[in-house]
Amino acid sequence: METKIDASLFKPIEARTDNINEIARPSLTYWQDAWRRFKRNKPAMIGLITIITLILCAIFIPFFWPYDYADQIRGHESQTPSWQHPFGTDSLGRDLFIRVMYGARISLSIGLVASLINLTIGVLYGGISGYVGGRVDNIMMRIVDILYSVPLLLYVILFQVVLEKPIELAFESTFLRVFKGVGSDLILIYIVLGLVYWVDMARIVRGQVLSLKNQEFVLAAKAQGASAWRIIRKHLIPNAIGPIIVTVTLAIPSAIFTEAFLSFIGIGVSAPMASLGTLASDAYRGFRSYPYLLFFPAIFICITMIAFNLIGDGLRDALDPHMRK
Amino acid sequence: MEKVLEVRDLHTSFFTHVGEVKAVRGVNIDIYKGEAVGIVGESGCGKSVTSLSIMGLVPFPGKIIKGEIYFNGEDLLKKSEKEMQKIRGNRISMVFQDPMTSLNPVYTVGDQLIEPLKVHKKINSKEARKQAIELLKAVGIPDPERRLEQYPHEFSGGMRQRVMIAMALACQPELMIADEPTTALDVTIQAQILELLKQLRGEYNMSIMLITHDLGIVADLCSRVIVMYAGIIIEEGTTREIFYEPKHPYTWGLLKSVPRINMMSKRRLVPIEGQPPDLLNPPKGCPFMPRCRYAMEVCREYCPGLYSVSETHRAACWLLDPRAPAVAGWDKEEVSFK
Amino acid sequence: MGRYIIHRLISMAITLFFIITITFFLMHAIPGGPFTREKPLPEAIIKALNEKYHLDDPIWKQYLDYWKDILRGDLGPSFQLANYTVNDLIAKGFPITARLGLASIIFTVLIGVPMGVISALRQGKWEDYTTMFIAALGVTIPSFVLATILIYLFGVVLRIFPVSSGSLTQPIQYVLPVIALSGYSLSFIARLMRSSMLDIIRQDYIRTARAKGLSELKVIYKHALKNAIIPVITYLGPLAAGLLTGSFVIERLFSIPGMGEYFVKSVGNRDYTMIMGSTIFYSVILVVMNFVVDIIYVLIDPRIKLTSSKEG
Repeated sequence: METKIDASLFKPIEARTDNINEIARPSLTYWQDAWRRFKRNKPAMIGLITIITLILCAIFIPFFWPYDYADQIRGHESQTPSWQHPFGTDSLGRDLFIRVMYGARISLSIGLVASLINLTIGVLYGGISGYVGGRVDNIMMRIVDILYSVPLLLYVILFQVVLEKPIELAFESTFLRVFKGVGSDLILIYIVLGLVYWVDMARIVRGQVLSLKNQEFVLAAKAQGASAWRIIRKHLIPNAIGPIIVTVTLAIPSAIFTEAFLSFIGIGVSAPMASLGTLASDAYRGFRSYPYLLFFPAIFICITMIAFNLIGDGLRDALDPHMRK
Repeated sequence: MEKVLEVRDLHTSFFTHVGEVKAVRGVNIDIYKGEAVGIVGESGCGKSVTSLSIMGLVPFPGKIIKGEIYFNGEDLLKKSEKEMQKIRGNRISMVFQDPMTSLNPVYTVGDQLIEPLKVHKKINSKEARKQAIELLKAVGIPDPERRLEQYPHEFSGGMRQRVMIAMALACQPELMIADEPTTALDVTIQAQILELLKQLRGEYNMSIMLITHDLGIVADLCSRVIVMYAGIIIEEGTTREIFYEPKHPYTWGLLKSVPRINMMSKRRLVPIEGQPPDLLNPPKGCPFMPRCRYAMEVCREYCPGLYSVSETHRAACWLLDPRAPAVAGWDKEEVSFK
Repeated sequence: MGRYIIHRLISMAITLFFIITITFFLMHAIPGGPFTREKPLPEAIIKALNEKYHLDDPIWKQYLDYWKDILRGDLGPSFQLANYTVNDLIAKGFPITARLGLASIIFTVLIGVPMGVISALRQGKWEDYTTMFIAALGVTIPSFVLATILIYLFGVVLRIFPVSSGSLTQPIQYVLPVIALSGYSLSFIARLMRSSMLDIIRQDYIRTARAKGLSELKVIYKHALKNAIIPVITYLGPLAAGLLTGSFVIERLFSIPGMGEYFVKSVGNRDYTMIMGSTIFYSVILVVMNFVVDIIYVLIDPRIKLTSSKEG
């Protein structure tokens, strides 16, 4: 082989055009990268589209649907699905489709509000615990440990039962009368779910605060004074927010499920307003004869939960800094 | 002297979703009985993958695509998994880099040490336990009876590495492969571990294949050195030859970038600029060319074969071709073509 | 090890103390007291209550009395059923629920763990996709929906299994309720086991085990499994809690007269003593279970010493 090579090739290379220390492709910001990865995750995108569709339907369809959720239409009792009533009607002649739409509204609102309350309490509790540290942190986390070993659902039930009357009274006598249309029982659920499930969030927030506290750039930023907060906002938030967003997103289907569960036991929202869970619960008794009454609300519960779970999983993968390519 | 290991034209690649990464591209290694050979190179040069190929432990998505590996005359690549299991830990054993993670945290050290003894030597528990205690003594762990019942997290890094060596020693292997055994340890512990390996090699007449990126530790333990770069061997020879008469620009670079005790204070450490080539698309010419000060046109077009400098010393560099200009003063500040 | 156990016991005691106290004060926070209702109570019950609870006493005295009763194991008379005490009802219902619960735990672990292991070992192949698909369904389909589907398919249409399971005296009655109850936990454990296993087989010590020439079977089942199962053990506590709350719905759907069913009925009827008593009873069971899980955990993982608080 060597004889084939011309002797003239044995001279040093003149102009070196090689780029020795080439830098790879330019890097994206954290959020751009996350969004790109999320977009590529097909199941997560399907989940996102599903939820957006569901929310839009739940908000807008009732405005131009001919029936209201409480309308009992004589002569239309217990009908199987038809063009006029796409989901059929129940034993009182109420159109199931619109009831499912309203049910979706209620279930979604429960999911959102409860999760936000969780978020608030969790952020406050975890934030303080992590930031103050020391003995305070120790005690606060012990309390969290205790709460973890308690069956929280039991306490949801307990709280429901206990706070029923006070909330009712509060509604009658105070400024909250304005919200009466929403229903005191709904508010009750918001509060109860929010009050009980903040524990997870607190832990995550505390963990984030702790790890950030120890980062050197916080020290460096503090040393610089005024510009400290801007730097902290640019670095702290992206790192901390990721797991928090994921936890909130995954808390929503959890809240929806819990509410459906409570309705099934009989302590959810009360008639004639119905969440998806209440609809399912009512339909259960007669489901052998009228399976569609149970089928539609149940499907919607499932779809909502699956969609949120997919979004949550997708967000978790997208926001995980370790997976940046 | 008889050959313990003979690797012929080994090619190992990783078939990833971005393509085939050619980690080992035609490697030949000979190891004789009782000798210690050092394989030196930077991260990613293929030295670890070579050792894993010998053991048959190349992780997915890696595959050995070509070559033969003769161990005492038998081609390991033709053996079934069951046959390889009889060889691993028994006739060829391996010590890994990070002692902190290489031991199973939920089992006692004794348990893990006794395992290869029971599996390969088919002795009962009592006898195995006795031998395990002897092994711990051999690697210099004090109070071995008590230590057997302890868990890995109760040992320090250096002690754990000794345990790893004990495990590798358990069945008196003919060849011990040590992949960066001291990299994760403090310098003083490093020295102890190397001493231990030297001692064991003598006692058991065991061949050692020492893989490292640190030239310093090779000098003491190994009689021969193989330098790898980008999946191929670019120089090999006795330790003396490599340290005092290196012929490949990469080896020059390695030697210049290592601080030495007897260095005159005026000499600067010279790092080798640049990065190793992307093994997804290996270059057609010499892989070191982009970083080489002495690169010639021919280096860009053709990859050099191994030129013999002496009976034991070979280097893959076009500079060794009779047609190439001579190079002066590689170990001085100023270098030039003559 | 001994210190660890004592530490856990103290935690347990403190937790129980809090639970009982909170429950007590919650009940008494209801305006008008827990013992007033819209419909007047039957005479017999009012009499029993007054005797028992000395409702005119100041609240701290009621609290102490309550503790005295609890320590004796007395949870008070039921509201809704005259001549029944809470203890009676629990004694009637709990054995049945316990059978359901135990069967579910066994089912969950026996099926969920292997599912996860197989999925991890055959990552990317059809076994992995199928099991993970089933698991994904399991975590997102609520238990009552699953129960309904099972009842419809297997009970009504195919008629293989009974639609209502009575007191769980025959094996065939267990099948559907156990599957419905375990659905979520089983899927969760399968996914947890899978991700844990995937993580563990990439660890250096697994490579070491292979390098020692151990058979693949030994590498997986001795070295990998013991490490991989640790997160699953940690989950057993919440698992038990989940099964317990799940039993409320499952017992109702399958007409099983267990404690869950009594509890739900008592909630509907606002039977306060029953609600309180059941809550405390459940809590005690779960706290004890968590304690047992903690002990198992430390037996498996020797790295745990006294640091018991889980850092975030």
